[in-house]
Amino acid sequence: MSLRTVNMALATPGLDAQGRPARVPLAAGPQGAEYDEDFGAERMLVNIGPQHPATHGVLRLVLELEGETVKRCIPHLGYLHSGFEKLGEYRHYNQIIPLTDRTDYLSPMANNVGLALAAEKLMGIDVPERCRVLRVIACEMSRIISHLVWLGTTGIDLGAYTPFLWSFQQRERIYNLQEMWTGARLTTSLTRVGGMMADVPEGFEAGLRDFVRTFPKTLDEIDTIFTRNAIWIGRTQGVGILTADEAINYSLSGPMLRASGVDYDVRKDRPYLDYETYDFDVPIGEYGDIYDRYRVRLEEMAQSNRILEQALDRLSGLQGAPINVDDPRVILPPKSRAMSDMEAMIYHFKQVMEGVKPPAGEAYMGIENPKGELGYYFVSDGTAKPVRWRIRPPSFINLSSLPKMCEGALLSDVIAINASVDIVMGEVDR
Amino acid sequence: MTAVSPSVAGLRAEFGDAVGRHVVSCGDTIVYLANARAHDVLAWLRDSPDQRFDYLTDVTAVDYRDPERALEVVYQLRSLPRRADLRVKIALDKRAPLEVRSVRDLWRGADWLEREVYDMFGVTFAGHPDLRRILMWETYSEGYPLRKDFPLRGHFSRAEQTRQALAANPEAHYSMEELSIAEAYDELPPDMRDRLARGERGFLR
Repeated sequence: MSLRTVNMALATPGLDAQGRPARVPLAAGPQGAEYDEDFGAERMLVNIGPQHPATHGVLRLVLELEGETVKRCIPHLGYLHSGFEKLGEYRHYNQIIPLTDRTDYLSPMANNVGLALAAEKLMGIDVPERCRVLRVIACEMSRIISHLVWLGTTGIDLGAYTPFLWSFQQRERIYNLQEMWTGARLTTSLTRVGGMMADVPEGFEAGLRDFVRTFPKTLDEIDTIFTRNAIWIGRTQGVGILTADEAINYSLSGPMLRASGVDYDVRKDRPYLDYETYDFDVPIGEYGDIYDRYRVRLEEMAQSNRILEQALDRLSGLQGAPINVDDPRVILPPKSRAMSDMEAMIYHFKQVMEGVKPPAGEAYMGIENPKGELGYYFVSDGTAKPVRWRIRPPSFINLSSLPKMCEGALLSDVIAINASVDIVMGEVDR
Repeated sequence: MTAVSPSVAGLRAEFGDAVGRHVVSCGDTIVYLANARAHDVLAWLRDSPDQRFDYLTDVTAVDYRDPERALEVVYQLRSLPRRADLRVKIALDKRAPLEVRSVRDLWRGADWLEREVYDMFGVTFAGHPDLRRILMWETYSEGYPLRKDFPLRGHFSRAEQTRQALAANPEAHYSMEELSIAEAYDELPPDMRDRLARGERGFLR
């Protein structure tokens, strides 16, 4: 290890006037400058992945090293390419929803919501209020579980095992609620165009309230073990820096963009699902390094918890309200009616056989997913299957900044930087 | 909901004929640009103080089911300071070579997005420094998957796809470029060096 790491480990961070941990000054001089000339002249190629636990999936990185310093990073993708966008062109809009489960498989419910919103924008449908509240709950539950996975796995990458157990314990509680609601832990397929697959079951609200009440304790524990931890600070502060201009230029979104100090959150700036009526804050970083990404994600979980609390209050005021639009062309009639009423049966038949037909046109709908802005872009020619279904994949675009961040970093920092991007290869490769 | 983005009037005043028709669909404004001047227009949209479209949300392409209809390259632009969006399209006649100028010099985020459009639709981005396939492997030879003339199961039979997969050369993990970086090229066995020099990286024929 270079001298820099030793300096950091010995430094004990204090608190500044605002109560935040003081930044540990980095060792002076360019990184890797202490290498011997003869040794530094030799370049080495190191291959990481595609099967490597620290690449968070089947990502393959080819690193050009000079000593321990990364001169160039060449990512290779596509090992998990499934052709979802092509498959979507052969499916009705509702049949695409199961495909979205499998893209970003750490937040399937939020993907389902995004797809339903995009299709509804294309068709000009406004869903009822209870549906909107349920979708907000789905999105924020997804944000919490996705960030918990990020936190746990990044902790493991940097040598901290305990927070992984804490975060996965909490994640399990949300997964149990998710299973209760949708019957699935991973492939939720929660929404339908114009509504939801199901309303929340008996006991769900009490379970989620219990989670919302007790979850901040875990966040506090994680905060205690990480935020002022000299090893964590040493591995994350000043590593993988992207300035605000760079973050915008690289089209980053989500926590990656906000950690660089850009105040942009789709929920605030292009509100959907009545997000403008919820009271929550958007955390913004200052330095754009891994530490700021950690702080932003940690705070986002606390804010999601706040939103969940407010959404639960609204939900209890909307008991028995409809969750689907009242339009038999879009929403399947109840099975009992389809079996006994001729008209309902015809609607059922037409929807299942022909699908829902949007008008010709196109729509782009971006939502704030845990990873960043997830956009669905539909082009319709008036038939029941889209001409083009494009996923704007936040992980893919965020990952494209990896070579930039890795240049000049140490080999061990590449693992930390890659972890901080929060990729999920199912979405990168689609 | 059907309001046209004010950027359209600005574009017409600045570029005249280079700006084609505009459409409003689901509340979003779409502007068509002439391919020859598209890069200038996009640069103006990014830099003009009235426009400031500093954020490239997405680059993609659309191939329509009608084989006569032009393939469209789609840019989703966003201005973070103005909180505005604009969708810009370039229509490409499919009988001519599909080529547009790369906007990677304007927005670095276009780097991988343009590679993906090249990979999936075969649109060439002139001026892109590293235009390689990104999701499919580099020696993929079945064509461009998201084109409408590409069948869902691919052009090759399942047997041919399996044969090619089994014949893949596992030694060729690194590209020529990567090997030359490491100066490892000279140390390769002669037969492998020959194969690599001939460009046979994916499979042995």
